[in-house]
Amino acid sequence: MDLAVVVVIQILYAVASLALISIGLAIIFGMMGVINFAHGEFLMMGGYAFILSYNAGVNFWIAMLVVAPVTIAVIGVVVERLIIRHLYGRVIETVLATWGLSLFLIGLAATVLGYHQKGVNPPFGTIRIGAYQEGGYTFFVIFVTLALMAALYVGFKYTRWGLIARGTMQNAQMASGIGVNVDRVYATTFGIGAALSGLAGAILAPIAGVLPEIGVTYVVKAFITVIGGGAVALAGTGAASSLFGAVSQAVTFLSRPVVGEVALLVVAIVLLRLLPLGITGRYFRRGL
Amino acid sequence: MSRNALGLWTMGVLSLVLVFGVPAIVETFALIDFTLFIAMAILSLSLAFVWGFGGILCFGQSAFFGLGAYTYAVAVINMGESTVPILLGILLPVILALVLGYFMFYGRVSDVYLAVITLAVSLVFYYLIGASAGEEYKIGSARLGGYNGMPSVPPINVPGDPSAAVEYEALYVPAAVLLAVVYFGLRALLASDFGRVLVSIRENEARTELLGYDARRIKTVALAIGAGIAGLSGVLFCAWGAYVSPTVFSLVFTAQIIMWILVGGLGTLTGAILGCVLIQYLATWLGETKIADVNIVLGAIFVAIVLLVPSGFVPMFARLGDTLTRRRGEAGS
Repeated sequence: MDLAVVVVIQILYAVASLALISIGLAIIFGMMGVINFAHGEFLMMGGYAFILSYNAGVNFWIAMLVVAPVTIAVIGVVVERLIIRHLYGRVIETVLATWGLSLFLIGLAATVLGYHQKGVNPPFGTIRIGAYQEGGYTFFVIFVTLALMAALYVGFKYTRWGLIARGTMQNAQMASGIGVNVDRVYATTFGIGAALSGLAGAILAPIAGVLPEIGVTYVVKAFITVIGGGAVALAGTGAASSLFGAVSQAVTFLSRPVVGEVALLVVAIVLLRLLPLGITGRYFRRGL
Repeated sequence: MSRNALGLWTMGVLSLVLVFGVPAIVETFALIDFTLFIAMAILSLSLAFVWGFGGILCFGQSAFFGLGAYTYAVAVINMGESTVPILLGILLPVILALVLGYFMFYGRVSDVYLAVITLAVSLVFYYLIGASAGEEYKIGSARLGGYNGMPSVPPINVPGDPSAAVEYEALYVPAAVLLAVVYFGLRALLASDFGRVLVSIRENEARTELLGYDARRIKTVALAIGAGIAGLSGVLFCAWGAYVSPTVFSLVFTAQIIMWILVGGLGTLTGAILGCVLIQYLATWLGETKIADVNIVLGAIFVAIVLLVPSGFVPMFARLGDTLTRRRGEAGS
């Protein structure tokens, strides 16, 4: 019984962390049709922003929940102005340009901060479940992810800004025709996506640590989750990360972590063969 | 003489220089470096063909390359003779490509989705081979060695005579000949009916299908040809360094191959070779002199090319050359 509870918690955690690392990328892809391959480095920089400001004496929660997302949002807006803006409508070119950016940022981080791994201890200690122990921080990650998804849903569905953003996504020309500043909507959306990536990087930093190259481990999973989910950002990420996270965590339990990673990739390959436009290409098409 | 014929003659002369001239004037040490560049140039050609002419954005070219390298390593350790392992190193990637091609093209997967699938395939190899560190993971007498890779892979030998090894600087001439064979082979292929249909699929798949060609079959075959060439390159790479490790399947390596093509220009074979040599040379030079972090420089070049020279350098200079000659022609008449 205790084991079953632990297994369920672990699977929930796998799903939540997958959704957390993917959501920033998903919003940018779903809203703007742009694949940001430097996404992993946004997470990496979020992690650094958090750890460096925490070490400099900023309060733990402010460093994580405010400093990291705001810093990365600013960087995101700059990247949008300098690079992404010139490549709208050309998915492959944006992938390539941001891939170059990702190399650049890895090199920059390595030069400035060095190759040593930085980390902080996760708060909350451990919680006993019968004969097992579970880190309290695990629950925090699951909770934050749920809260974030809910906030995004409300933001896009019920606010004036969300309405404008969705309208621009559906038909940018029409939106522009009725007086929406499309450029600004794109820049803001990209900034929000970047902020979410920075936040995700900061939240995962106590667990995974931060290294200049850590983005590489995030970006492929996020990329696969987002493409597997399809163009509808929230529903797609939710569905794809539930599927991939559950499968990979379940397989990890039955054998070992590597086989879990491989299972995730194999499921993604088969999924894209069956649903070439991702899950939301067929289901939840009217979702958000 | 047309530009095409001129280009063909130029490349013919250049490849003769590459095969016969370079070994005569270059030092042994540099020749060994050149051999690696040649192996990489063959890999670059394979993606130039698949992506530039087939329009198939394959993020998994490194999977074919790595599979070729590992196949050669495992087979040659077991057999002790290199002829069959070389052929296997080409054949296995071809089979993988046929299976993948059937899976993707017959399922009408395209674009960025295709990129994800091919990327995922090469990462599956990365994880699986990386996890093969234990004593129990061996094929015949060859231990896979996990992330440490497989050291001491025997060199290529003269067919039928395992004692006559072709290694170090001696590998240069066969490699250069192979590069020339692959280059002219691809040019011939592109000039054939098959090549023309392939390019027309890249331009407009629906229209080509309406003319009665089976785009799915042709793209599968093109992917398989590219995979065979990438496999050959992997074999050369593995025999050159007597070593192979899972990094050949990594994301960083994949990015590098794509960058060679972008620098040289999409849709040219010559550009793929130039781009590859240029970037490889730059990376080696930066690594030795430590002037700046390799990633910063390569990343900045990558971004700059996509933004400023999206067609790549060779097509840009070709256009520039055309404009100049036309101006001169006008001035003369």
